[in-house]
Amino acid sequence: MSRPSSMRTPLGRVRNLGSSHSGTTDFWRQRLTAVAMTLLIVPVIVIVLMLIGRNQAGAAQILGSLPIAIILVLFIIASAWHMKIGMQIIIEDYVHNETLKLASVMANNFFCIAVALASIYAIVKLSSGV
Amino acid sequence: MTARIERPLSPHLQTYRMTLTMALSVIHRATGIALYFGTLLLAWWLIAAASGPGAYAHVQAFTGSIIGKLIVFGYTWALLHHLVSGIRYFFWDLGYGFKANEREALTWGALIAGISLTVLVWIIAYTVGGGR
Repeated sequence: MSRPSSMRTPLGRVRNLGSSHSGTTDFWRQRLTAVAMTLLIVPVIVIVLMLIGRNQAGAAQILGSLPIAIILVLFIIASAWHMKIGMQIIIEDYVHNETLKLASVMANNFFCIAVALASIYAIVKLSSGV
Repeated sequence: MTARIERPLSPHLQTYRMTLTMALSVIHRATGIALYFGTLLLAWWLIAAASGPGAYAHVQAFTGSIIGKLIVFGYTWALLHHLVSGIRYFFWDLGYGFKANEREALTWGALIAGISLTVLVWIIAYTVGGGR
């Protein structure tokens, strides 16, 4: 057996597989969004408590105020991203059928993007007062 | 796909004695899944607020019902537990809290803090919201 010239195993080389150099991207973003939400959770809870017991007009007025709208939009982006990564990890852990896995990962992306955009659109609409 | 090679498997879950950190790991994932689908409730609430008084009254009728209150209470606990349980992972990511007594303390702390914070938020909610 000849001396190996690289860390790649012969099997890995013939399969033409190797590091995609993006292995920690999801790990890092999961922590980034977690820290963001840890910082935002107290203002978000205060906003929700401010809305308890109010009718639609009162709620719309509070949700339409600029700082509150910004805090909520930031929280929605962080949570949608966090839950997209989290659910994808769960799918990859338990769904072993390749077709079903692809379909689940795709559905997960659609769900997270749709929930985030619908929520953000509602806040933008409340802020613009139309 | 290349042919599967028979390799030795790691022992299955039932081989191990259930520990607190294992249980909390499962609960962390379970609360994450609950929060995932719970976002539908939050989206519904925001869309209703943007739609008008009729739609908002529907949400309030739901959150005011017994089932609605139970779901929102469960959602509050899932959110706060996932938060404090997640803070444990920050400690571990940074390389702290791996000793047996430390990881037990962190895990008990997360369990107790999650329940305590949920009760606290609901007490504040009833104190503040009851007056309106």
